[in-house]
Amino acid sequence: MRVTCTVNGEQHQADDVWEGESLLYVLRERMGFPGSKNACEQGECGSCTIYLDGVLACACLVAAGQAQGRGVRTVEGLGSGDELATIQQTFLEAGAVQCGFCTPGLLVAAHDLLERHAGPTDAEIREALAGNLCRCTGYEKIMEAVRLGATRRATAS
Amino acid sequence: MEFLQPATWAEALQLKAVHPQAVPIQGGTDVMVELNFDRHRPEFLLDLSRVGELAQWAPENGHIRLGAGVTYARILTELSDRLPGLAMASRTVGSPQIRNRGTVGGNLGAASPAGDAHPALLAAFAQVEVESVSGLRQIPVAEFYTGVKRNALSPDELIKAVLITPPTGPQQFCKIGTRNAMVISVAAFGLALHPDRKAVGTGIGSAAPTPRRALEAERFLAQSLTDDGLWEFRGALPDATSRRFADLVADAASPIDDVRGTARYRVHSLSVMARRALIWAWNDFRRV
Ligand SMILES: Cc1cc2nc3c(=O)[nH]c(=O)nc-3n(C[C@H](O)[C@H](O)[C@H](O)COP(=O)(O)OP(=O)(O)OC[C@H]3O[C@@H](n4cnc5c(N)ncnc54)[C@H](O)[C@@H]3O)c2cc1C
Ligand code: FES
Ligand code: FES
Repeated sequence: MRVTCTVNGEQHQADDVWEGESLLYVLRERMGFPGSKNACEQGECGSCTIYLDGVLACACLVAAGQAQGRGVRTVEGLGSGDELATIQQTFLEAGAVQCGFCTPGLLVAAHDLLERHAGPTDAEIREALAGNLCRCTGYEKIMEAVRLGATRRATAS
Repeated sequence: MEFLQPATWAEALQLKAVHPQAVPIQGGTDVMVELNFDRHRPEFLLDLSRVGELAQWAPENGHIRLGAGVTYARILTELSDRLPGLAMASRTVGSPQIRNRGTVGGNLGAASPAGDAHPALLAAFAQVEVESVSGLRQIPVAEFYTGVKRNALSPDELIKAVLITPPTGPQQFCKIGTRNAMVISVAAFGLALHPDRKAVGTGIGSAAPTPRRALEAERFLAQSLTDDGLWEFRGALPDATSRRFADLVADAASPIDDVRGTARYRVHSLSVMARRALIWAWNDFRRV
């Protein structure tokens, strides 16, 4: 089947999509967006986190056909051009990236948190990132990056 | 495989009548795992995510009609005051990503004994509304679960909505797991006091082949509160009452040992949750 959707603001199309395929597979293998990672394919790790019509979701749990005509935003669409989004910049500065496999999903989830919550408490950050696993950092640097992101967004606005 | 994508409820029922073997998919948080791991290759997927009616809720004749496709995230933001027990249960489901997609209809469709919506729906005496081209029926939720991951749906039926009466008394939900997020419960318990009809509702999760009520415990507590005049004057709850209630809840379970916990631990944790839930609920009741 053919699937057409908007990814990061541009129309994309994939042909010969298997009906049981996930949006994650379509994004990575058919549309050229390898940013979202595939680690568990069962919703547990969050490395495939994207926005679907502005709502945070695991792309591995969305059937390709369910994305037909919808708007998808991936980690590739957080920044603009060469300019990183605030949260991407603060992940770099805080040293929140080691192997980097969890990073795209965490960035989208953290981005969503800061869009909804200007000054999240540590408990709120942990809660918002509960669906994203990282096997490298021990999470402390990630917490720091999100706190820094919140502060920087507050001073910028 | 064929991907069927009805735009209306009527069309969905038509498609289900023609292809009773079609697997419905709403949020996909159960269905996609099965597909990704190739545990299951259905001939047809019936995508309900475009059926607008399913994603709505509304008050109706004294109850809330909760469309099968309303997500946990929306229950939390839109219905915490009207469906407190279900909202508490929704709060414990998965992660933000899962709560944004997962639905009560999907939880009922999967009918896992560990589904978190079930104890809350049981305690609230909810009704499940199901429909096929040949008609509509309402099933008391306690009769909806028919076996491990089995429910009362006929092959041509779909779940349309859940009907829940907003509470006249406090509701509680407790869940035991290894983490605060992203866990399938080891055991779970839902409680609702219904002072308008001097009744008590309970729901047990992950401690029997199906979610179930603890009927003896419900009867005992309702009767004790009546005998002691406590529904009216809302005095302190005798310790013996909460202990006996907890024992009866534990007696209603028939758990197994599995990777998440032993049967013994499940029974013990249920009695602890039942007593705590009752004390919390009773304290709420005395406050209002
Ligand atoms: C990482 C992860 C964590 C999870 N954590 C929890 C948790 O903490 N607690 C919990 O209870 N569950 C949990 N789940 C399971 C799942 O999220 C829930 O069961 C959820 O309610 C399913 O809803 P859905 O809309 O995504 O269902 P789907 O996957 O779309 O469907 C589930 C089942 O219901 C059927 N179905 C769906 N809609 C209908 C309908 N209208 N009529 C008839 N049949 C229908 C489908 O055919 C399928 O059998 C988790 C899942 C994942 C992947
Ligand atoms: S790959 Fe989707 S949650 Fe792990
Ligand atoms: S940086 Fe390696 S998994 Fe998080």
